[in-house]
Amino acid sequence: MAGKTLYDKLWDAHLVQERDDGTALIYIDRQLLHEVTSPQAFEGLKLANRKPWRLDANLATPDHNVPTTLEERKAGNDGIEDPVSKIQVVTLDENCDHFGITEFKINDIRQGIVHVVGPEQGATLPGMTVVCGDSHTATHGAFGALAHGIGTSEVEHVLATQCLIQRKMKNMLVKVNGKLGKGITGKDIVLAVIGKIGTAGGNGYAIEFGGEAIQALSMEGRMTICNMAIEAGARVGLVAVDQNTIDYVKGRPFAPKGDQWAMAVAQWQDLHSDADAVFDAVVELEAADIEPQVTWGNSPEMVVSVNAQVPSPADQTDENQKKAYTRALEYMGLNAGQAIKDIKLDRVFIGSCTNSRIEDLREAAAVARGKTVAANVKQALVVPGSGLVKQQAEAEGLDKIFIAAGFEWREPGCSMCLAMNADKLGAGEHCASTSNRNFEGRQGFGGRTHLVSPGMAAAAAIAGHFVDVRDVLNADAAH
Amino acid sequence: MDKFTQLQGLVAPMDRANVDTDMIIPKQFLKSIKRSGFGPNLFDELRYLDEGQPDQDCSGRPLNPDFVLNQARYQGASVLLARQNFGCGSSREHAPWALLDFGFRCVIAPSYADIFYNNCFKNGILPIVLDEAIVDSLFKETEAAEGYQLTVDLEAKVIRTPAGREIAFDVDDFRRHCLLNGLDDIGLTLENAEQIKSYEANRKAQSPWLFS
Repeated sequence: MAGKTLYDKLWDAHLVQERDDGTALIYIDRQLLHEVTSPQAFEGLKLANRKPWRLDANLATPDHNVPTTLEERKAGNDGIEDPVSKIQVVTLDENCDHFGITEFKINDIRQGIVHVVGPEQGATLPGMTVVCGDSHTATHGAFGALAHGIGTSEVEHVLATQCLIQRKMKNMLVKVNGKLGKGITGKDIVLAVIGKIGTAGGNGYAIEFGGEAIQALSMEGRMTICNMAIEAGARVGLVAVDQNTIDYVKGRPFAPKGDQWAMAVAQWQDLHSDADAVFDAVVELEAADIEPQVTWGNSPEMVVSVNAQVPSPADQTDENQKKAYTRALEYMGLNAGQAIKDIKLDRVFIGSCTNSRIEDLREAAAVARGKTVAANVKQALVVPGSGLVKQQAEAEGLDKIFIAAGFEWREPGCSMCLAMNADKLGAGEHCASTSNRNFEGRQGFGGRTHLVSPGMAAAAAIAGHFVDVRDVLNADAAH
Repeated sequence: MDKFTQLQGLVAPMDRANVDTDMIIPKQFLKSIKRSGFGPNLFDELRYLDEGQPDQDCSGRPLNPDFVLNQARYQGASVLLARQNFGCGSSREHAPWALLDFGFRCVIAPSYADIFYNNCFKNGILPIVLDEAIVDSLFKETEAAEGYQLTVDLEAKVIRTPAGREIAFDVDDFRRHCLLNGLDDIGLTLENAEQIKSYEANRKAQSPWLFS
């Protein structure tokens, strides 16, 4: 009998009941909650007079709607100017208080983007099942946890039953061989993967990322990659547990302590795919071939190297793809054949659950140090992923580097990734963004998003257009 | 949840691949704490020429005359014909809530994003997967004949065209059972409470750090 994949092991360990039609009841160890996708779930519980099955499995924090200026944040919930956003944040507080769920409220130092907070607190642990009403829950798979986004009805289902009705996914291995070049990050890897397999390439699959380049990545880099598995259509992204994972988790507030720590580490040793495991699909990439990536269109699969040109619809053979390319060029205000480096930027956003962790901020600060944001860039935002990331960055003086260069240093939240708060693009504005989606209107009505790594975003802010971050790093090293 | 047994309805074609849930319901409308009222903002950025705001009265907003759902012939449609990877991106259940509130009870496409597909069933919407060639033929028929209707029979797992063609489709037995009877998942799962408790007790014994 063939060995098991990591996904198979996680699935088997959480199976409560299998049904004849292929669906199953799986047990959920951790649910993360935020203000946007939980109110209707809590309302459903109340209407049916149900209680949460297990309070300690849940952890909440507001992130999507929270303002990110210090001025607004000082006043807590009262400082949220948009009345509709405020109702949502207040409703989360009320629901958590009512049911007794642990919540890091708006001005708690531990508040932040759920997908930054979970790992940071050790609330995400290897071997767990983790769900959240947010598609970027795939992030937590970086810890060898089975993690995926769910809808609000499922949030309610997990609150009420601690289980989820699921159908087992297929297994895909994305193997990145060899070593990454200098200045190339997890973000470039995952964008290159999406460019290769497409936004629907992972539909129905759990993707495990492996190979030398993935093993060499920090936990932050692995989280960035798993985070965007959903942009390839896969609800689940996974990386095997290794010493990096264990070192990252150790000592975090929710992590096991004492005897239980040793017990946990022993169990976690098995959280990798067996050598003879069979995957339904395997995709291989050579790390050395990956250049800094920039998206040019309105789907994350519309991505090329910074040194390439905007592609032409005429080169597409598929009719639907041809139409999509034409429409994307029109929306983005770009011409086929135009150099990516000639795209001028109006705003820059460094943040989001994809790239707002300490390592991301270090990477951007290293590029911005001693330089100035270009005059044509109206705004360059740096939004840390959590209060603790912000505190750490300030302890390292990163805030001062950004502020001196002309970036705005903000309070933690989802911010301009999806523009549910005041941080958004104007119509027609081009933005170099470290977030995860370049959909039409995502960052603001008529806004034009280009997805890049933190280093590439910082370099674009300084130049005013896209540049190859490796050139910037090389020039700095020569000085 | 309303039962879904049989539906005869007008078909509207959404001829675009990779329609994402940001497109189906843009982020500013996710601020609502209710499940209803999203219909006027379905496809907001495609449907109107101005930028929509939550709680706004949409009746006076300038409509985009080129957008398919604004055309007189598709008013009152309850079946949405779509292209591959429909509902990709964000997990927002507001997307099916908006489709439902607008009046759609059934979507037909060659493929869906996984989370959206799941979310439909939880809200009494039937997402049907058909071969790309068949979907293509339905697009042609819909566009060719004003007032084109389909009959969707979930009991028999078949779609009937006006010309009498029958197209079979497949759906999980469990999901079909829930839709046919308008059943609430949570109630069904709680019938297995003892099994969940016994699983939980084992897990706690094995990995106690997960329960503190």
